[in-house]
Amino acid sequence: MLIKFIEFIGAVIEKPLLGLGRIMVLLGAALKGTVRPPFEIRNIINQMLQIGVNSLPVVLVTAVFTGMVLALQSYTGFKRFGAEGLVGSVVALSMTRELGPVLTALIVTGRAGAAMAAELGTMRVTEQIDALETLATNPVKYLVVPRFLSGMIMLPALTAVTDIIGILGGYFVTVTLLGSSSKTYLRATWDYLELQDLYSGLIKACFFGMAFALISCYKGFYTKGGAEGVGRATTGAVVYSSMTILISDYFLSVWLFK
Amino acid sequence: MIELRDIHKSFNDHEVLRGVNLNVRKGESLVVIGGSGSGKSVLLKHIIGLLKPDSGTVIVDSSDLSGLDEDGLNDIRKKFGMLFQSAALFDSMTVWENVGFGLKRHTHMTDMEIKETAIEKLRMVGLVGIEDEMPSSLSGGMRKRVGLARAIAMKPEILLYDEPTTGLDPIMADAINDLIIKMREELDVTSVTITHDMKSAYKIADTIAMLYNGVIIATGSSEEMQNSADPFVKQFVEGRAEGPIKVEGINR
Ligand SMILES: Nc1ncnc2c1ncn2[C@@H]1O[C@H](COP(=O)(O)OP(=O)(O)O)[C@@H](O)[C@H]1O
Ligand SMILES: [Mg+2]
Repeated sequence: MLIKFIEFIGAVIEKPLLGLGRIMVLLGAALKGTVRPPFEIRNIINQMLQIGVNSLPVVLVTAVFTGMVLALQSYTGFKRFGAEGLVGSVVALSMTRELGPVLTALIVTGRAGAAMAAELGTMRVTEQIDALETLATNPVKYLVVPRFLSGMIMLPALTAVTDIIGILGGYFVTVTLLGSSSKTYLRATWDYLELQDLYSGLIKACFFGMAFALISCYKGFYTKGGAEGVGRATTGAVVYSSMTILISDYFLSVWLFK
Repeated sequence: MIELRDIHKSFNDHEVLRGVNLNVRKGESLVVIGGSGSGKSVLLKHIIGLLKPDSGTVIVDSSDLSGLDEDGLNDIRKKFGMLFQSAALFDSMTVWENVGFGLKRHTHMTDMEIKETAIEKLRMVGLVGIEDEMPSSLSGGMRKRVGLARAIAMKPEILLYDEPTTGLDPIMADAINDLIIKMREELDVTSVTITHDMKSAYKIADTIAMLYNGVIIATGSSEEMQNSADPFVKQFVEGRAEGPIKVEGINR
């Protein structure tokens, strides 16, 4: 009875643990490839551009509307106890600490993460990854490292854009639409925003960038089973990356803001 | 030149290779025949180190592949050219970038020189004026030939062909057979070809080996295989459904 139970637990956790092990191996290989030459500069720049160009429009739209709705909601709420002067602080703090990194990460995962998994998955099932190896090219270095690095660099960059655009969106709603004073909004933004809010948000973004790129590359790199497998890998990449981002966000917040 | 000793390989619980022994002499053209799913591609991937055996040794040019680190393995791989079953062209690159990929990475040639070499290799396989196309715009036969041009771009000593004629019309298939023979005459390579196309096998082989049930059950020249008394070999080379080899899913 007890042994049956233990076997059952083992069977349940075997697959995720195996996956976790292999993802750690891939992380190790990626880190090794990051610090050891030859560096695939062209691929890295290419990937950075692709993440930036692909995601920027969606990121901009999300940022401006998030800032706007945040301002609108907090204005309405704060007005009830005469604190509408603090809307600027609420928008700035929420954007930099929380919404900027998390929303940007989720959007970039949907765009760039899905693209990574689909691209590598297709390369796997059509034997292009094997072909790279036969041409004496390390596929982890050639394919995974550039994506991993550009995730790590581009997500903080895009998050910085989100932060700024979100705050501007908040300004637009509070000052232009709701008629608050521009000076109050800007003062509330400046006075309560600390450097730590900014950089802790960017540290989160950096972590999210590594996480989504690693998970998406992993899903793509180990794709099995033809076109259907590529579809599974792509969905899996988005789902697991998003979960990882949301769950680790809590723990990163605990650690960064203790 | 190439020696496989007692290679075993399983995926999950499925034992694909159960002790394969194989020898390829320098300059020889060996053809491995066997049914679909019998592990021919798996066997070929062991020769170039894409797959590692569970047990047994692969020796290429007197180096044991299992004893090599990444750089050592890559040095060995530079002696190989491989044509994949689906051609496996990089679809993010143009045709000439595909052909010149190895040159770009492992030589100091300029892009101009690489493109010129690529065009020359493409001409060798009978393709002219398609160097700037993307692989997605090519037909199956053209893709295979681009794959072949890529495989020979680095002047390999050994060429591996995975089902070079499968999926092609008979005329294109024969054109590919002629190319394989031409590559051998002009480049003086050792080659291992995998196929279940007997016509192709007879045409290009010095030696034919048959893979069945995870082992090499017979080896011989084209005539020897054609006149083999072994019922398994006989059934396969004559292409009959009835015989000792059971076709999965069909009972009689
Ligand atoms: N990477 C792999 N993972 C799991 N199973 C595999 C893998 N590669 C091949 N196989 C299995 O090995 C068997 C032989 O495959 P293969 O060598 O491709 O056959 P073929 O002789 O048609 O080329 C098949 O049953 C296939 O499912
Ligand atoms: Mg095959």
